[in-house]
Amino acid sequence: MSQSASWLSAGLADLRAGLDRGETTASELVDACLERTEAHSGLAAVISTRGDAAREEAEAASRRLAEGTRLSVLDGVPVLLKDNIVQAGEPASCASRILEGFVSPYDAGVVERLQSAGAILVGRTNMDEFAMGSSTENSIYGPARNPWDPERACGGSSGGSAAAVAAGLVPLALGSDTGGSIRQPASFCGVVGLKPTYGRVSRWGLVAFASSLDQIGPFGRRVRDCAAMLECISGHDDRDSTSVPEPVPAWSDALTGDVEGLTIGLPEEYFVEEGVDPGVLARVREAIGEFESAGAKTVPVSLPHTQHTIATYYLIATAEASSNLARFDGVRYGRRAEKVEDLEDLYLRSRSEGFGAEVKRRIILGTFVLSAGYYDAYYGKAQRVRTLIRRDFERAFETCDLILTPTTPETAFGLGAKSGDPLSMYLSDVYTVSANLAGLPGLSLPCGLSDGMPVGLQLIGKPLDEATILRVGDAFERRTAHHESRPPEIV
Amino acid sequence: MGRLARLAFSEVEAEAMAREIEQVLEHVRSLDTLDTSGVSPTAHGFDLATPLRPDRPMAPLDPELAVSNAPERQGTAFLVPKVLEEEG
Repeated sequence: MSQSASWLSAGLADLRAGLDRGETTASELVDACLERTEAHSGLAAVISTRGDAAREEAEAASRRLAEGTRLSVLDGVPVLLKDNIVQAGEPASCASRILEGFVSPYDAGVVERLQSAGAILVGRTNMDEFAMGSSTENSIYGPARNPWDPERACGGSSGGSAAAVAAGLVPLALGSDTGGSIRQPASFCGVVGLKPTYGRVSRWGLVAFASSLDQIGPFGRRVRDCAAMLECISGHDDRDSTSVPEPVPAWSDALTGDVEGLTIGLPEEYFVEEGVDPGVLARVREAIGEFESAGAKTVPVSLPHTQHTIATYYLIATAEASSNLARFDGVRYGRRAEKVEDLEDLYLRSRSEGFGAEVKRRIILGTFVLSAGYYDAYYGKAQRVRTLIRRDFERAFETCDLILTPTTPETAFGLGAKSGDPLSMYLSDVYTVSANLAGLPGLSLPCGLSDGMPVGLQLIGKPLDEATILRVGDAFERRTAHHESRPPEIV
Repeated sequence: MGRLARLAFSEVEAEAMAREIEQVLEHVRSLDTLDTSGVSPTAHGFDLATPLRPDRPMAPLDPELAVSNAPERQGTAFLVPKVLEEEG
């Protein structure tokens, strides 16, 4: 690995220091990022790069740094975007045939913020089509591969972003999380991923999947790197009516390393032997021991509706998706069928040719659960159970400051292992979807290996309390070395 | 359902889709075991009153840019197949 390339996997603090001391430059970093992306193209983590534009922006950043007019802690740092976050003048396909060739006429809110901070947006990452999937296999670009074992999935739907950070292509990337799509791939690839509180980050310019659940968040090497990126992308945006009008705390300053006196809730429904990889449970229990020896208290809590979260999630998410994806009609943008008979035929054929199988499956399910006669029985019921799931958390948080669980019941599964069985794929999100349903912040960080594959530890916080989960995650990294593990074959 | 969602399926595809969706519906029917009478529905991840913003004019998206991704266009209008028959 060249010196520039090693900066990319060094973590933001060291990288920042290197840039500020002039030991490397933004231009060198972007060149190294583009070279590594090319060298590891077999991972299919990155689907497009902004070569010349990124190099120009890096030169501007290099000049700022040389002149001592740094814009922020992210100035000159290369970043990748998931392909469902739009940037003006750049493609945004959502890994779907229906958006092939689409070029965004505007910037997402997070893109504006990253650019104002001086971050260099170097390219776009692979994903499951319209973020529907848990493996990044439902993609027109082919499956993204796990840097730890290319025969295994990198998780999804933000699998490309997770794999890119794990392979050291970039220090930071953005993803989106509707039911676990940041935390599950972070867990599978041995990196840190954060889903903020619903409304913390503007969804302006995020292609909508399930609007009441979607949230953009960061991937990084370290918890503190994600804290820094979250500070950059958070904040109220009146173009998103669900954006929370709350000030953005200085999360980085809250990383004291101290967990003494904190109470960590352990939901008994998540620590069952059945269906959970023993290696995953063992690593998570070791992490619990680490926190206890650092002075935190652990208490059992109960989330009694846990067994109903996947059903609730799939009813709500597919209902919202069927409505959101109605906009793809072959008229205003995207793929249009040729030689159509009339307008109805144009809609039908453009959509049928443009969407992949999983997206169609979810649109049909969502259309069904919203249809007259079934609405109350399915969608209405799910919205009521969502209230019960939320109350479970409110009750649990009466006795603890945060909740700790495994991120996933197993480590990364093999490519193709679940693609023929939608329900089994859906069930792989069992530990992550409840945070989306309840709107809570969730952090996944590496806590060791099981049979050579990374295990993720999930910390769930109270609404708007990213500070506590970031502090606890950072404290874990200070006491352990799991975040230093690297995929053995990636050089 | 396919017609409602504006999606067409071959017979083979439709059979597979029906089978997979039936499997998922079977799973979601577990919710029927829960008593939700008197429980209000949750529509969003964070309770927030409908926000208001000042009613001031803002620059719109340039119409040329707005139609730049249209598969077919005429000037700054989207072109679609004829919807109304000519009066005869």
